[in-house]
Amino acid sequence: MTAQEIPMPTLAPRTRRPPNWLERWLGHDVYRTLKGLVTNPMSVAGLILLGLFFFIAAAAPILAPPLPNSSPYNIPRDGYGDVPKPPGSEWKSRQPPLPFWWKAVTGKDQWVHLMGTASGQWDIYYGVIWGTRTALFAGLTITLCGALIGITIGAISAYYGGWVDMVFMRITDLFMAFPFLLTAMTLSAVLTPRLGKSLLAPMIALIVFSWMGFARLLRSDILSLREREYVLAARVIGVRDSRILFRHVLPNAIFPTLVLASMRIGSYAITFAGLSFLGIGAEVGFADWGQLLSFARDWMTQLREYWYIIMYPGVTLVLFVLSWNLVGDALRDVLDPRLQGSR
Amino acid sequence: MINYIIRRLIMVPFLLFGVTVLIFLMLMALTPVERTALYVRDVPRNERVLQGIIKKYGLDKPWYVQYWRWLFGTTVTTTENGVTTVEHVGGILRGDLGYSRTASQPVAELLARRFPASLELTLYSVVPVIAGGILLGVIGAVKHNKLADHIVRIFGIVGWSFPDFVFGLLLLMAFYAGTGWFPPGRVSDWANKIIMSPEFRNYTSLITIDALLNLRIDIFLDALRHMVLPVITLAYLWWALTLRVTRSSMLETLRQDYITTARAKGLSERTVIRQHALPNALMPVVTLGGGTVVGLLSGVVIIETVYNYPGMGAAAARAASQLDVVTVLAFVLFNGLILVLANVVVDILYAYVDPRVRLD
Repeated sequence: MTAQEIPMPTLAPRTRRPPNWLERWLGHDVYRTLKGLVTNPMSVAGLILLGLFFFIAAAAPILAPPLPNSSPYNIPRDGYGDVPKPPGSEWKSRQPPLPFWWKAVTGKDQWVHLMGTASGQWDIYYGVIWGTRTALFAGLTITLCGALIGITIGAISAYYGGWVDMVFMRITDLFMAFPFLLTAMTLSAVLTPRLGKSLLAPMIALIVFSWMGFARLLRSDILSLREREYVLAARVIGVRDSRILFRHVLPNAIFPTLVLASMRIGSYAITFAGLSFLGIGAEVGFADWGQLLSFARDWMTQLREYWYIIMYPGVTLVLFVLSWNLVGDALRDVLDPRLQGSR
Repeated sequence: MINYIIRRLIMVPFLLFGVTVLIFLMLMALTPVERTALYVRDVPRNERVLQGIIKKYGLDKPWYVQYWRWLFGTTVTTTENGVTTVEHVGGILRGDLGYSRTASQPVAELLARRFPASLELTLYSVVPVIAGGILLGVIGAVKHNKLADHIVRIFGIVGWSFPDFVFGLLLLMAFYAGTGWFPPGRVSDWANKIIMSPEFRNYTSLITIDALLNLRIDIFLDALRHMVLPVITLAYLWWALTLRVTRSSMLETLRQDYITTARAKGLSERTVIRQHALPNALMPVVTLGGGTVVGLLSGVVIIETVYNYPGMGAAAARAASQLDVVTVLAFVLFNGLILVLANVVVDILYAYVDPRVRLD
């Protein structure tokens, strides 16, 4: 059975114009969703920004060629001096290979610190470029794993009902009784000596405390769909319970959960960067925006002079989160029928 | 109503039990050596002494024995130079939360010293956060799809996307670096000296209130000056959330039939919004408001770190980054406790204002 054959709870108005080729090919709902996304100026801005970030992540080795024999995620450093250097200052020592476009654009042979250096001479440009990969990886993985756990627990809970539901929902309540950031910090501190200083510990910690919203939302949506006529009809003709769940209920109930997931990517990226800002997570010098920003704390009184430590990674992080939020917001407007007409 | 309150209160012990179990599970993930910080000040280097301590406090016992001892403490007998002393140590229910490696003092003392600072910051933030968010949300809904609404929405989504530490650093750059107007920290050094001196009587540990009670307006103003930037940061970021909830709830309320009736009666738009729509639209905000207070109290980890504000959050962040798990877990326990109790209060308040809830 394909997506078109699943009876949709909302009936299309009778006076609809005939579908064009794209709509026939994609199916009505996907078409409507995409159309909603590309006709809303806010989400178009978000999509463009997102495209830019994916491009930067993919083209990182070209934009900022790493030092040979070294992990590209280790930010190259120009010596060990304390005082930050402004954007445009020349590489003095251990200069990474010159990207081929540099000479074509500027006509110079000398590679410079495009965005300056932070204390410890970590190059901000390399951190921003390679940090895009870290941010995308962390944001997507945390949301995906959290959503999967939440979907599993929510579906099982709503499907079995009774004491299973009761137990799972009380466990969900319990996890929600913890202050999110503080607990994630703690679990991360517990895991770090066991997993080593890497992205893994904070990511696992955030996943463990991120699934509850998804589980609750999906559960309540399944519960309300379970009583719909088409589900009753399927039950009457003797369709197995598991088939009803996976073929009839879940595909219809999952949309709000997916919208929630798209809206969470940005905030998990913030939380993840926040943890590394606090010094929880990867080693010093790992390409990560939160960590770059934490260098600014060494220069509280001279932040005007060393504005580039905050501005470049800070603006990048804000734009990154903003792009996910813009897209997620538009997606919610398109997919959530309760909101249609209210904006 | 009584029935509802009782039903809600029955849940509390179970939830608290669950919180302690989960925290204890995290403790059990540590090695016995790391867990010695629950009972002793300095972890000895000597392997034999270490094993002695592990044995003495039963850190190698099965988990349920350890859980019991963690809750209620344990009686240990020490024989030193022929003198035998029996003492009862540990037990989170007795207020013994272990020893903080990073702060070099008992965790309970650290908590007691840091809590007032966080509480003070929260108290000063609550009113601007909630009032500002509601105001913006109502403006957005009333001026729906007009310029004001678009501005509010953009404001909201940008605020929603601003990481607190980036916003904080930007504020520091604008209003502290170079000018020194609003410095980080809790009070200036000169004020701290006076506060530490014996003449300054400590009534509440909330510096602004103590300063007023000691008739030190200068210290009061100094403490306020230090709180300006953190409060602005907290307010701006929480407004995004409050205004979203208020706006959508208000939009929904304004579409109700009784609002049309009120307008048809010829009431002024002002009366319709203030007297008829707002009280109902604010229902969901009540829940959010309770969450805000708790969120402010436990969620200020990053803000306090950015502004070097000596509260619970900054202490917890420091402990976590130095892998001092015993200390952070105590903070989690404390905040979890507040969260559970605050949620009960919010639920009961909610049932009080909205009769539909308690009849469920």
